[in-house]
Amino acid sequence: MSTQIPADLKYAKSHEWSRITADTAIVGITDHAQHELTDIVFVELPAVGRVVKAGEACAVVESVKTASDIYAPLSGEVVEVNKAVTDNPALVNTDSYAAGWFFKLKLAAPTESALLLSPDQYRQQIGG
Amino acid sequence: MTLKRTPLYSAHQKLGGRLVEFGGWEMPVQYASIMDEHLAVRAAAGIFDISHMGEVWVTGAEAANFLNATLTNNAAKLGPGQAQYSLLCNERGGVVDDLYLYCVGKETFLLIINASRIEADMEWLCARHAAFAKRDAVLMNNVSAEYGAVAVQGPRVAEFIDQCFTGSGTIKVTCPTQLQKNEVDIFSFADRDVFVARTGYTGEDGFEIVTPADTIEAAWNRLLEIGQPFGIKPAGLGARDTLRTEACLPLYGHELDENTTPIEAGVGFFVALDKGEFIGRAVLAEQKANGVARKCVAFKMTDKSAPPRPHYPIWSVGPDAKKIGEAASGTQSPSLGIGIGLGYVPTEFAQPETPIEIEIRGRRSPAVVVRKPIYKKKT
Repeated sequence: MSTQIPADLKYAKSHEWSRITADTAIVGITDHAQHELTDIVFVELPAVGRVVKAGEACAVVESVKTASDIYAPLSGEVVEVNKAVTDNPALVNTDSYAAGWFFKLKLAAPTESALLLSPDQYRQQIGG
Repeated sequence: MTLKRTPLYSAHQKLGGRLVEFGGWEMPVQYASIMDEHLAVRAAAGIFDISHMGEVWVTGAEAANFLNATLTNNAAKLGPGQAQYSLLCNERGGVVDDLYLYCVGKETFLLIINASRIEADMEWLCARHAAFAKRDAVLMNNVSAEYGAVAVQGPRVAEFIDQCFTGSGTIKVTCPTQLQKNEVDIFSFADRDVFVARTGYTGEDGFEIVTPADTIEAAWNRLLEIGQPFGIKPAGLGARDTLRTEACLPLYGHELDENTTPIEAGVGFFVALDKGEFIGRAVLAEQKANGVARKCVAFKMTDKSAPPRPHYPIWSVGPDAKKIGEAASGTQSPSLGIGIGLGYVPTEFAQPETPIEIEIRGRRSPAVVVRKPIYKKKT
């Protein structure tokens, strides 16, 4: 079984991915994370306008069995959230890197992204 | 502490089971998906490893009388080949364990008890045995380590289960599908005697099969093989929990504990006050006559909300809303696609259709008390 780790993304140790363009980042959870969480039945996203710090718990995903916190990989303001994923949480399982994205951040400190993991480092972390 | 493993441990590994700690045991919580495993049991068939459960022989001329003085249900009603759900209570009517009692001979009974309660049960059973006047005519033997067990559950199980056993039952039926609900017989499998009972913990038709530990893997493999054309799936503890929650069957440690009585838990039907004296009877008789202050209710979330979980606070609604209890169990219902749960509330809030709220991460979401079971099998 091979987990997908797209080459153009950055990764947090807590299994979030970030697609960074200039001063914004789209955030979701990795294929590995959705596989570990299994059937996702509920997603709770932060309010638009909320200012989050890197490492702050700001969303929740619930599988049949458990609730898990999702952390902001970078600091910034939530400028958009993915309503499709709250309406249809299974998107996180079926399309974790595209239709299953969580929220978009306007970055407060774009240089923080240097602290995130590269695809290779993330692959090492999960033993993939 | 080293986790205990059932004789099916390597079978779970081969099937890619995700193994987690459960009550001191390393058990599969799921293989591929709790949702798929749950739905397979509702629509076709699933097989569960329940080898962690305990087995205790109670035998002898006074066995039935001892059981009747010790358990809440009336063991005297059982003839060979019959089984019943029963409870082991303390003097306060609190539940030490809930269990199944198989009668396989006039003086031969097998208790099927919860894995997490084997030690507590044996301690209590031995104390009751020591206090029993005719104890010399009752033998108790904890054989939990010598047996393995599987549950095969779902509407299509009756279409294939008979293929697993060639000869007749030794008590009364010729094949497992002749068993009625709550009947048990002894069949031969791989030249060993195995117990087959038409019982389960899912709200579906099904069977529970208890075999010597060295035979359970062959039985597991055989059942998967013959069930394959009917859509059988191996199912883990995750699906077992969602299925039993939908069926509103209590789980020890959640709905039941030593400070909760069967009457409060809603299993008073299995308390036979008319059979004479038994441990806990005085409290249970008083509660049956005068009612209880709190009850275990089933509830459904009414809005799209996060699923309820154990220990989430339950609130009343309205201008004087207050915290009235907490969830004992809670999950997303794979059958219904909404959050469901069981929890204790004051009796005044226990009527079906009473609106309540469940506090989820500091916010309250609307729910409603519903009649049990939350999910009823299709007939």
